[in-house]
Amino acid sequence: MKILVPTKRVPDTDQKIRLRDDRRGIDTEHLPFVINPFDAIALEEAIRIGEQQDSVEVLAVGIGTELYETELRTALAMGADRALLVEVPEYSDAQGGLDSWNVACLLREIVHREEPDMVLMGKQAVDDDASQAAQFLAALLNWPQATFASSVDIQPEGLRVARETDSGIETIQIGLPAVISTDLRLNEPRYASLPSILKSRKKPIERIPLADLGVLLEPRIEILDMEAVSAHRSCQFADDVDQLVGFLRQDTEAAEE
Amino acid sequence: MIILVVLEHDQQQLRPGSLSAIGFANDLARQAGAEVLCLLLGDAIEPLAQQAAQFAPVLAASSPLLADPLADRHAHVIADVASNRQVDLVVAASSTYSRDVVSRAGGVLGGAMASDIVAHAWTDGRLEMKRPMYAGAILATVVLQSSPQVVTVRPSAYPAAEPLATAGEITPLVVDGTSLPSHANYDRLESKPSHRPDVTEASVVVSGGRAIRNSDDFERLVGGLADCLGGATGSSRALVDAGITPNELQVGQTGKIVSPDLYLALGISGAVQHLAGMKNSKRIVAINSDPDAPIFEVADYGLVADIYEVVPDLTSKLACDKT
Repeated sequence: MKILVPTKRVPDTDQKIRLRDDRRGIDTEHLPFVINPFDAIALEEAIRIGEQQDSVEVLAVGIGTELYETELRTALAMGADRALLVEVPEYSDAQGGLDSWNVACLLREIVHREEPDMVLMGKQAVDDDASQAAQFLAALLNWPQATFASSVDIQPEGLRVARETDSGIETIQIGLPAVISTDLRLNEPRYASLPSILKSRKKPIERIPLADLGVLLEPRIEILDMEAVSAHRSCQFADDVDQLVGFLRQDTEAAEE
Repeated sequence: MIILVVLEHDQQQLRPGSLSAIGFANDLARQAGAEVLCLLLGDAIEPLAQQAAQFAPVLAASSPLLADPLADRHAHVIADVASNRQVDLVVAASSTYSRDVVSRAGGVLGGAMASDIVAHAWTDGRLEMKRPMYAGAILATVVLQSSPQVVTVRPSAYPAAEPLATAGEITPLVVDGTSLPSHANYDRLESKPSHRPDVTEASVVVSGGRAIRNSDDFERLVGGLADCLGGATGSSRALVDAGITPNELQVGQTGKIVSPDLYLALGISGAVQHLAGMKNSKRIVAINSDPDAPIFEVADYGLVADIYEVVPDLTSKLACDKT
């Protein structure tokens, strides 16, 4: 079985995001980047499937500039068998990368080349928060999809996937090949060990220039402006429960007037 | 210009979020001189179609094959209707249903899609929209580049539609079963029955975080205060990960987005990802034993205390208030 795991390079979620002065992107200087946390969950799942079954190949895919090499090496160190970088020279991390449509179009070409049985990817990237790429890819391939997976069982006739929905856990069955997007509770990604990080440095990263894929990038979403949002409020501290109740009562009375 | 609003329901009722989506569509239609049409999918949906017709004309795609919310089939019907009727804009409320189904339809329709919009303007004949990025740290103004366009709107950002003076027309849509894909089989939905309102729909939300040790304590402290205030319960990610609360209670960047009149955060430290889901609440009250917890930076009122010690007292004093 071959499992394709598309990954995205995103700012470390613990970092404060600052807007550039021109308001057309975030300040990426000195900003540490990581594999999108949901994609790391997808990668972990693929690696676990490989540990439980014979002859599973896990292929991690990245889209971007040579900057992405660091995170793809992390994917190899975690246990991916191969790593592939689609080289897009004009790729900008400052606006959340390519939009979901172009990502899906590039991934479709990779799927045609690699013919995986399954595409496992994060349910959303935590930079643009779009939650579209997996669904777009499934639509383009006309494959079944199971989004927001919290468990994936491989069965003789396909997959049984539990999905996190607004109303609870939904279970569906789908055939292969399929696109699966992963939610938080699927697993906890491993940390790459130091020996495996050292070993991964010797593994090759395959590179495909954008031009070789025959995909013309056509942006579907254009960002005209960005503004920084502050959620800060000045907190009025109560000394005890009685005073807190007093604050709330004042509010209620003000609202009723 | 035709705006198609994809409605969501639980078989008994339209989701309140869908009424906000119609509200957005009606507002835009007035500005752009457009026509609004609703699309309802499911089985035996005639009563729901009548509910929806109070707000706009309805296309009702009713078939046993559409009974379960399977993405491939529902997306196929949505994309078909959008293409056949020359729809310019497909709209739905942000939800796991629309992220699954409407995004797939967006893929079939060419990928011009903006998720989770919170504001819009009709400027020089084009739709400019604002949507959060980077867990809400950035609000981006965006336009879409091809047609049809697909948009999901955050229900908390748009008021529900007003009923029409005379109900809209209901047009049954013939569903061709042979053309529907059958990639997937629906198995079941496991949902914890709750007597409380949905966290996205309540005017008061009481949420619990890491300080809560087990589900009994959650029910007693968080549930007790929520019931006292007639509110919903919410949860931080930590409690869902620990199996203390079900996933549908999670408030945050990747969970549910809420903006109630009153949000009480009990024992929640306030990670950026949680704040993304609740920072637009009108009043925020935080109780946490750590005076440096980031939740206090977004709160209007704070109390530095152990929730196990103060919440029962708070609940009983607020209950006194009501009587």
